[in-house]
Amino acid sequence: MAETLTAASSHGEHAHGEMSFWSKYVFSTDHKVVGLQYMFTGIFMGLIGGFMAYAFRMQLAFPGVEVPGYGLVSPVDYNALVTNHGTIMIFWVAMPVLVAAFGNYLIPLMVGADDMVFPRLNRLSYQVFLLSAIVLICSFFVEGGGFGGAWTAYPPLSAQSQYNLTPLGSSLWLVAVGLEFVAFLIGGINFITTAMNSRAPGMKAYDIPMIVWMIVVASIMFMASVGPLLAGAVMLFMDQNIGTAFFDPDRGGDPILWQHLFWFFGHPEVYVVLLPATGLVADIITVFSRKKLFAYRTVLYTVFATGVLSFTVWAHHQFVAGIDPRMAHVFTVTTLLISIPIAEMMFVYIATLYGGSITLTTPMLWALAFIAEFLIGGVTGVFLGASGADIYFHDTYFVLAHFHYTFFPIAIIGFYAGISFWFPKMFGKMMNETLGKIHFWGTVIPFNLIFIPLFVLGASGQHRRIYDFSHFPNLSAPWQQDLRILATSALLVMLAFQSVFLVNFVWSLWKGRKAGKNPWKSNTLEWTAESPPPHGNWSELPTVYRGPYEYGVPGRDSDYWPQNEPN
Amino acid sequence: MPISVTNQDYGRIHLVADSRRQPLLASSVMGMLLFVLIEAMLFAGMISAYSIIRSGAMIWPPPDQPRLPIEETAINTAALMLSGLLLFVAHRRFRRDRARARTPLLLSMLLGAVFVVFQGVEWVALIREGFTLTSSSQGSFFYLIVGMHALHAVAALGVLAYVALRLQRGWLASSQLAAAEVFWYFVVGMWPIIYLVVYL
Ligand code: HEM
Ligand SMILES: [Cu+2]
Repeated sequence: MAETLTAASSHGEHAHGEMSFWSKYVFSTDHKVVGLQYMFTGIFMGLIGGFMAYAFRMQLAFPGVEVPGYGLVSPVDYNALVTNHGTIMIFWVAMPVLVAAFGNYLIPLMVGADDMVFPRLNRLSYQVFLLSAIVLICSFFVEGGGFGGAWTAYPPLSAQSQYNLTPLGSSLWLVAVGLEFVAFLIGGINFITTAMNSRAPGMKAYDIPMIVWMIVVASIMFMASVGPLLAGAVMLFMDQNIGTAFFDPDRGGDPILWQHLFWFFGHPEVYVVLLPATGLVADIITVFSRKKLFAYRTVLYTVFATGVLSFTVWAHHQFVAGIDPRMAHVFTVTTLLISIPIAEMMFVYIATLYGGSITLTTPMLWALAFIAEFLIGGVTGVFLGASGADIYFHDTYFVLAHFHYTFFPIAIIGFYAGISFWFPKMFGKMMNETLGKIHFWGTVIPFNLIFIPLFVLGASGQHRRIYDFSHFPNLSAPWQQDLRILATSALLVMLAFQSVFLVNFVWSLWKGRKAGKNPWKSNTLEWTAESPPPHGNWSELPTVYRGPYEYGVPGRDSDYWPQNEPN
Repeated sequence: MPISVTNQDYGRIHLVADSRRQPLLASSVMGMLLFVLIEAMLFAGMISAYSIIRSGAMIWPPPDQPRLPIEETAINTAALMLSGLLLFVAHRRFRRDRARARTPLLLSMLLGAVFVVFQGVEWVALIREGFTLTSSSQGSFFYLIVGMHALHAVAALGVLAYVALRLQRGWLASSQLAAAEVFWYFVVGMWPIIYLVVYL
């Protein structure tokens, strides 16, 4: 019965006609607006996080220099900058952009729904998120400055203000992170319920585009892992402000307990942000190689396996924290095991590319760069997973370079891949390809020039979270300082090239070529809506007849086969 | 599920997509189940933290701490279990004859409220005896875990009150009742575990 019901007819009952600016862009419950709000907030926070990296990298390359645009970086500043850089990049950039922005924008469109199942909860999710960002930013300006106890916030440093010197900053940091989690939990409930209950008729489990699956699995993982950390955050907050001693060994507490609570969440979190990125890469490479995704179901089972396994590896972050060496063996084994499904996923993508008719558009370049760079991150992780080797590598720049080779492809390359691919849908205009490619090379080459030197420095024993290496005679050889200067210079180049993206973004919004509904000749449902889709997405909601990756099917005139076409 | 129910569920008309399918699990129930999953992990985190601290302590309970009111709490536990049972009765009756669901629902809420109030009285007595958040790690965990549970109980009672109001007005959808039930059964089901781990 319901099939005859159209979105338009039901919309009639609501006066959608003229909405004020406020109700349309600020307090909207439309999943697309909420998605874009998340995206722009994420970009804004990314600029802050990048600026912080600039400030502390300048200090490392030129100790004691007056950093243009920042000023002198004091030791306390340095700690706060590093801590908040890490926190922002993961919780206020990677999460909102990859999970929330793409999740909100794409899930209803890709499953053929007119909105999320709980639109008002969705709006609340963004509002809580915005509040969390404001609290975090305020924490930089309170007395004592922002929290400087590292993004992992290990007690006793984080718990006692006589150590961290930021009594208010560390509590505000904790509150901000807690609020951010609440925002994503609300969002996650929406993502999962919508993908399960609002799919277009005919869309079976294996017809769901990869990115939707990935965001759903990521949301489930987030929900299942964040509880213990929330508990830990409440306990830490009480230690800071009420005088309890959950993590104080002098009074019957246990600081290692925090590490378990943190990393039980922290490791799955890596996959929470990784999965959406791999999902959108799958969608992009199939479109631009005009080939079916190799082994759709295998990828899906792989993801489920990864999801489960990722809950069993957390103590590989604690090999040198005094855990039982027999336990370390167990976690070594699970950690090495988990590299298998991820490696398999990368091979599946390469197999998808094999023999395809590849077009190197900007989104495709980003997607390919994701695969290449992430592989480096993955391979170097194997060294760290082996507990014996990690005793040497732990807390060096080798670790740092390793996780930047995973996070940068995820958060930055993944975002650029996604935005350059869906920009036409979001804003109805094409982005400029030439500027896009300049920006691509201007980002990816410097990225490697930043972090390859840091691998080398790490292997030579350079520790993380150090303010000034000239205090360490065996870390201040001229060649080491030269590598630091190289990394910082590459960062300056990379940051400068980001302006090309901003120019391209604004210019394309304003003057870009009209995109039409389906500029990439893609199969998935979002491309059957107008660009940009109106409130309610379709005048008549689509029905699905096949999977999302039917490209280059033999015997058909066109090389693609949209999901909603009966034949 | 009829369309009108879906629309009423969220006070929104434009959720057409939902009504185009026949989901196995109504969205409100699925949303609540996911919420309960998160909260279950929250309690799992606190309870395992407690177990770690307790098993690592030289002497447990820490010296000079009053004995916890095990017997009184056992009775209180029974009251909460009964409340869960009554909600189930309300559920059964709601399916056949909506009006008759009212009494067991209200009784269930009443017992839930008794549980919370009694818990509060117990806290006051314990604090008088010098058992506080900061008096020992046992005290810290006791108030953390029991307090978190009380917070959930109060929130769930609020949801039940909302359900009762809608029942009164004749607007209650069965999926809404089911979602509220999920929440309350979680509160009820969590408690015996807490009682076993924290009190005994
Ligand atoms: C824009 C380019 C980036 C550069 C040049 C950069 C550089 C750095 C450096 C040098 C540190 C360590 C400082 C120290 O230990 O003293 C650091 C820490 C960190 N970065 Fe980045 N980073 C960048 C982007 C990112 C991104 C995109 C992410 C994640 C999505 C990220 C996450 C982190 C984290 C989690 C830490 C650890 C913070 C801590 O020790 O508490 N970074 N970054
Ligand atoms: Cu890990």
